Amino acid sequence: MKATSDKNATAAVATPALAARLAALENRDTLRFAMCGSVDDGKSTLLGRLLAEAGMIPDDRLAQMIRDSRKHGTCGGAPDYALLLDGLEAEREQGITIDVAWRYFGTDKRAFIVADCPGHAQYTRNMASGASNAELGVVLVDARAGVQTQTRRHTAILAMFGVGRVLFAVNKLDLIDYNHARYHAIEQECVKLAHDLGIASADAIPVSAINADNLVARSPNTPWYTGKPLLEYLESVQVERKQDAAFCMPVQWVNRPDHSFRGYTGTIAGGRVAPGNEVVVLPSGRISRIARVVGGSSDLDVAEAGQAVTLTLADQIDVARGDVIADPVLPPDVAAQFACHLLWLDDTALLPGRRYLMKLATHVVGAQVTEIKHRIDPDTQAHLAATRLAGNEIGYCNLSLDTDIAYRPYKEDRRLGGFILLDRESNATVACGTLEFGLRRDSNVHWQQLDVDRAARAKIKGQSPRCLWFTGLSGSGKSTIANLVERRLLADGFHTILLDGDNVRHGLNRDLGFTDADRVENIRRVAEVARLMMDAGLVVLVSFISPFRAERRMARDLIGEGGFMEVFVDAPLAVCEDRDVKGLYAKARAGQIANFTGIGSPYEPPESPEIHVRSDREPAVDSAARIVKLLTL
Amino acid sequence: MSVARLHTHLDRLEAESIRILRETVAECRKPVLLYSIGKDSSVLLHLLLKAFYPAKPPLPMLHVNTTWKFREMIEFRDRIARETGVDLIEYINQEGVGKTDPVHDASRHTHVMKTLALREALAKYQFDAAIGGARRDEDPARAKERVFSLRGAGQRWEPRKQRPEPWGLFNTRLDDDETLRVFPLSDWTELDVWLYIRREGIEVVPLYFAKERPTFVRNGALLVRDDERVPLESGEKLVPKTVRFRTLGCWPLTAAVESEAADLDAIIAEMLDTRQSERAGRIIDLDPSDSMERKKREGYF
Repeated sequence: MKATSDKNATAAVATPALAARLAALENRDTLRFAMCGSVDDGKSTLLGRLLAEAGMIPDDRLAQMIRDSRKHGTCGGAPDYALLLDGLEAEREQGITIDVAWRYFGTDKRAFIVADCPGHAQYTRNMASGASNAELGVVLVDARAGVQTQTRRHTAILAMFGVGRVLFAVNKLDLIDYNHARYHAIEQECVKLAHDLGIASADAIPVSAINADNLVARSPNTPWYTGKPLLEYLESVQVERKQDAAFCMPVQWVNRPDHSFRGYTGTIAGGRVAPGNEVVVLPSGRISRIARVVGGSSDLDVAEAGQAVTLTLADQIDVARGDVIADPVLPPDVAAQFACHLLWLDDTALLPGRRYLMKLATHVVGAQVTEIKHRIDPDTQAHLAATRLAGNEIGYCNLSLDTDIAYRPYKEDRRLGGFILLDRESNATVACGTLEFGLRRDSNVHWQQLDVDRAARAKIKGQSPRCLWFTGLSGSGKSTIANLVERRLLADGFHTILLDGDNVRHGLNRDLGFTDADRVENIRRVAEVARLMMDAGLVVLVSFISPFRAERRMARDLIGEGGFMEVFVDAPLAVCEDRDVKGLYAKARAGQIANFTGIGSPYEPPESPEIHVRSDREPAVDSAARIVKLLTL
Repeated sequence: MSVARLHTHLDRLEAESIRILRETVAECRKPVLLYSIGKDSSVLLHLLLKAFYPAKPPLPMLHVNTTWKFREMIEFRDRIARETGVDLIEYINQEGVGKTDPVHDASRHTHVMKTLALREALAKYQFDAAIGGARRDEDPARAKERVFSLRGAGQRWEPRKQRPEPWGLFNTRLDDDETLRVFPLSDWTELDVWLYIRREGIEVVPLYFAKERPTFVRNGALLVRDDERVPLESGEKLVPKTVRFRTLGCWPLTAAVESEAADLDAIIAEMLDTRQSERAGRIIDLDPSDSMERKKREGYF
């Protein structure tokens, strides 16, 4: 594929001066920065104006902006530079920026990748994508207002994401008559904010986007300002890049075209690697040696952090996607329980105990938040008690994974310490988080190996342990059918137990109410009990409304695919309400019961239950007989 | 043997694009590379070969052919496929052949032969992820799109339902009627693309280089006549001019620019001085100003 340059060249070579300039452009470095600040501080206007002043906006796009300014600009028909950035129809109509817009520009010295973040409080979460990879945060501050709530929130998120340097661009200086004393006070306030949040370096520049003050040249309106104009600052600012870490690389994909080659592809997260280096594979702990370091089209003598490579090992050992190949002297830690910070992104709140998927580097693993230690007030950084996290909220939590993973604390390594949580039902990315440290709880609470196991206990009973999980609306007939099934099984000589929702709530779960969080815990406990009883060799019948798919999935995961059978007892709400055996629907309709399933709280029907019973069309005895027939004990 | 280090902007762009390509192959059931023959596709294919070297890339290329591409593009496509050994699937929406044409109804032609054709091709081969060469710097709507872009039923893009991608952690989970579009060149600019082509010596279609070609002007656009299907109207005549293209598509919809830039350095020098954006040469994008977002919502790439 690699063609020679002459294949493309059809005419004379360019001048030496041009060739030198192109070489300089090829060799320039990158600065990734995030632009943030409150909604009316003028981020998009500033960035649009900076690009226009620096001559980086093509004429046709400038002309289109001027046309659009007359149609839906916010400057009374004068050029609205924000329109160069706000791309979505909804945004133009509402004059707001709801999502991160990525902008790219460059000078001969540096290429810039800019995440222009939304300023509205309800879109704070959209800032996560922009801030996570930023090397510098540029926070806009309205000179009339000084530090506001969103200034604090955005700076706090930059701090959470480990952005080590922040520039405060104090905008709209023209509206305070370029008053030096006022600017100085704001500058002091900003620098203090950054330091209080633990950000290492903070700077400030007085600007006016409307008048282009201090954007590409120092402005005569601020003779008291002796620092660099914005563009020059961006071209020259030094940001921290950690290059000296120990080698580690999460395995992304195993490249095995035939039996002669087995390579582990990935992007090096830290350090350097060369053929002959000894390495450890985590979490297994197996040791081997690097045979080859393969680059894009040839073997390399050495490769370093940030490069995408393919490694081969001297030994035939088991390595899969999600494993980490590392320096055995300073390897990442391995754990399954963590303390972490979480920024909740989804509209549906976090519920402790609900099962999610976690993606960290190249690893995807089952996860649950076991405890919310506290929520962090975005304005004061105070720690508040919390039982749930809603969208845009930040919490400090304990996280428990299904298996061990290799990791590094986020502040040491973004690639091995930053993660997202995915919802198993909606497939949404519901949270992002940073690992603070591993909890050693796992290594202190050991599994006691027992000599007699589930199979042995089941064998003397002559049956296979099963869990029949009856789900459906109140009054759908779950308990009636479960009761009939149990009677039939008992008559046939099987050992059974029936866990009924109402009964369990009188005892084991009497401390739980009907909030979403308590419903999750209710199901978790019942699933654990069902599993213990299956360990005892029993056929377990569970009759619970269990309205949420995610919790039934949790029960299925806990119990194991083989023994779990979901029985959907299905009847229309109107039929159940008509039956109203316990008089609960009447009370719910009268407003006396909050969160009643079907009235004040949703029921999510199973998508693919093992058994589907229509209790409004089939007599309960027939349903029970059908279920017993389907059970092969 | 050599030492490769990650010091420059181009190195970082290359490494990230390779990571994205590998992530797609690692997590998606049946990915495909959308190959449009242009310079961005050439870069994409080059990166694909690097990402899986020394193996052959474990996915095919798909070219949605509108039947109105420049002949030089098709020749180039077939030769590159042969030389790289990557499987090439060509898809033509047969229901549109002879029934739509770009001259009389450009937007219908684009809808039937590009948008619908792509949808049908993805459905026919059951691809769940289509990798494309689009860049965020091309258009304000693209500037907001994720690297892994979720498409719902009918391949529709929902700007409000985008999945956050902190630290480049991509969520590739899909429902049955959903697919992904993957854009490994998201962070590249047009300048980066050309500098990378220059650095790596990547071959591109000769139409990008200035040469004397038979041109005519229609509706203010300078067109190069590639075949006999479009008769000249009264007042129009073919004039030989030294021209080149900044972007390639259906020939009656792609305006040429007068230029003397006949090699890579000259092209880049011209671009550094230019005052026209890249897509200004695409007639279909001109009106209305938010047409790209509308087309994407309908399933356009």
